[in-house]
Amino acid sequence: MRIKEHPILGTYNKGETVRFTFDGRELEGCAGEPIAMALKNAGVMVHRYTKKEHKPRGIFCAIGRCTDCVMVVNGKPNVRTCITPLEAGMDVRTQYGVTAEQPEGAVTK
Amino acid sequence: MKRYDMIVVGAGPAGLSAAIEAARRGLRVVVYDENEKPGGQLFKQIHKFFGSKEHKAKIRGFKIGEELLSEAAALGVEVVLNAIVIGLFREKEITVKIGESVEHIKGDTVLIATGASENMVTFPGWTLPGVIGAGAAQTMMNLHGILPGQRVLMLGSGNVGLVVSFQLMQAGCEVVALADAAPRVGGYGVHASKVARCGVPFYLSHTIISADGDDHVTGVTIGEVDKSWKIIPGTEKHFDVDTICLAVGLSPMSKLCDMAGCEMEDNPAKAGFVPKTDKFGETSVAGIYAAGDVSGIEEASSAMIEGRIAGIAAAARLGFITVEERDDEAAKQEAALDGLRKGMFAPGMRGKAISETEEGVPLSQSLLNHGFVADDEIERFPGVTHSKGIHPVIECTQNIPCNPCQDACPKHCIRVGSNITALPSIDPEVKCTGCGMCVASCSGQAIFLVNEDCGDGTAEVTLPYEFLPLPQKGDKGTALSRSGEAVCSAEVVGVRSTKAFDHTNLLTMKVPAEFAMKARFFRRED
Repeated sequence: MRIKEHPILGTYNKGETVRFTFDGRELEGCAGEPIAMALKNAGVMVHRYTKKEHKPRGIFCAIGRCTDCVMVVNGKPNVRTCITPLEAGMDVRTQYGVTAEQPEGAVTK
Repeated sequence: MKRYDMIVVGAGPAGLSAAIEAARRGLRVVVYDENEKPGGQLFKQIHKFFGSKEHKAKIRGFKIGEELLSEAAALGVEVVLNAIVIGLFREKEITVKIGESVEHIKGDTVLIATGASENMVTFPGWTLPGVIGAGAAQTMMNLHGILPGQRVLMLGSGNVGLVVSFQLMQAGCEVVALADAAPRVGGYGVHASKVARCGVPFYLSHTIISADGDDHVTGVTIGEVDKSWKIIPGTEKHFDVDTICLAVGLSPMSKLCDMAGCEMEDNPAKAGFVPKTDKFGETSVAGIYAAGDVSGIEEASSAMIEGRIAGIAAAARLGFITVEERDDEAAKQEAALDGLRKGMFAPGMRGKAISETEEGVPLSQSLLNHGFVADDEIERFPGVTHSKGIHPVIECTQNIPCNPCQDACPKHCIRVGSNITALPSIDPEVKCTGCGMCVASCSGQAIFLVNEDCGDGTAEVTLPYEFLPLPQKGDKGTALSRSGEAVCSAEVVGVRSTKAFDHTNLLTMKVPAEFAMKARFFRRED
């Protein structure tokens, strides 16, 4: 959810609205904001599942340090979505282990 | 190979301040920062800073960041972003990764101002999406305008936990509780008070037992801990939340110092593994300096001064100024730094239990245990007085380095004195005009204007208000006590917002006279 007006900061200076896809689903975000922010606004919490135990991970540090939020972006895995600016037409996918392929037999929710 | 007089690693408050001082004295300075934007954490700090004028007190952090950036730009400081310094060698050579390439650069001096990283605690469910660092919450809401969650539990009652809790509410989140395993609130009492009076319950001696949820957080269970930090069975409390925010301290990010061969120490007073430095911030490797959180966790205000000192010292090392000039100029900065390092929360005071103020007033135990000063404690503090007509009530009860209230009053009715940590007192001879400058200037939002008896059985209380929607004159609602409990009905009789107040609105509410010293916050009827 976006903060429309803030008591101290007023309104936020955001980029133009652009479309991108998340696991093939079309979403909107603001150009230049971190991919993770556009996903958070859209209510997406899970960015990836760990390789061995298929545990969900999402935004944790939001400054590019912890790597919990990495996803497959435009085919490239391990992209830190909290510090990677959103561009129009980006193909953003949930990361399973280190790929966008959901492993067979893996239980994800 | 590129060569600079000074290489600064980190474009936060310490790094930028050092670059400014060095560039002002003629050094050619480059600043590398791994982030897309400069300023470090300053642009997430939307509260008014503490200290005095020389520390930029009562200015909001992000404004200080803007000032530093424009000052650095005017002096020709080169700031390179998206640049990760991955190597630092004894000869003051660095390797920096920019995009997919690695550059090799030589500095005649190097300042490491890499700041700190957040500490974490683990509990079952701590890796679930929805468990975030307090810094992440600030990044989301204050930089990007994204709400971190709807209902949040904060773990940690240090200044970060308290300040971010308040910011979460300003952004529009509900903070359902603030928990800390420690038995006492760790941060400034004034920060705790402004959170508590909004109705946030404090659970000291409590920690998280588990975060609940399948693929993201849907709830949290906390429990009380005994003296050996074990959960006391039967004390579990559950909250439905979508976000758990962790504010459990910071650790210096000093790896580059270690890599360069600087002598290191594990120093609890500095909150971690830090390089040993002299009074100019110079490490054991000549020409390599460290300033800010990397050399010991403190506030941004002290990081800026440490940076300035290192910048001045580097200028002297390279012969741009004399050693005498360095000593003279650094002494002024050190005096400012000493001012910030006084009081109950000074670095040397970590872990010490204090029972009374410098003035000999017993501390509010309720403030330490619950986040608010109790009704039977507030009267003993020197800022709390009674007089006819409108007058300030200063609920500042701990010795912290801060004095903007003293300069704010045009009539000079508030006195802190030359000791910056002294509790403010009120001159009863001076008539308060009710201008409200003191209310807006108090970084701790601890000053209220009270007219205890309006002559008709009512009292008027003016309080700082930094939330939206801003109540309007005529709005009816409930007055909340210091603890956030509803105490009586209240009507807004005035709302003042001027540029000089810098987004701290002054809300005046009318309450029954008997609640003049109890009503401290306003909640509008929905």
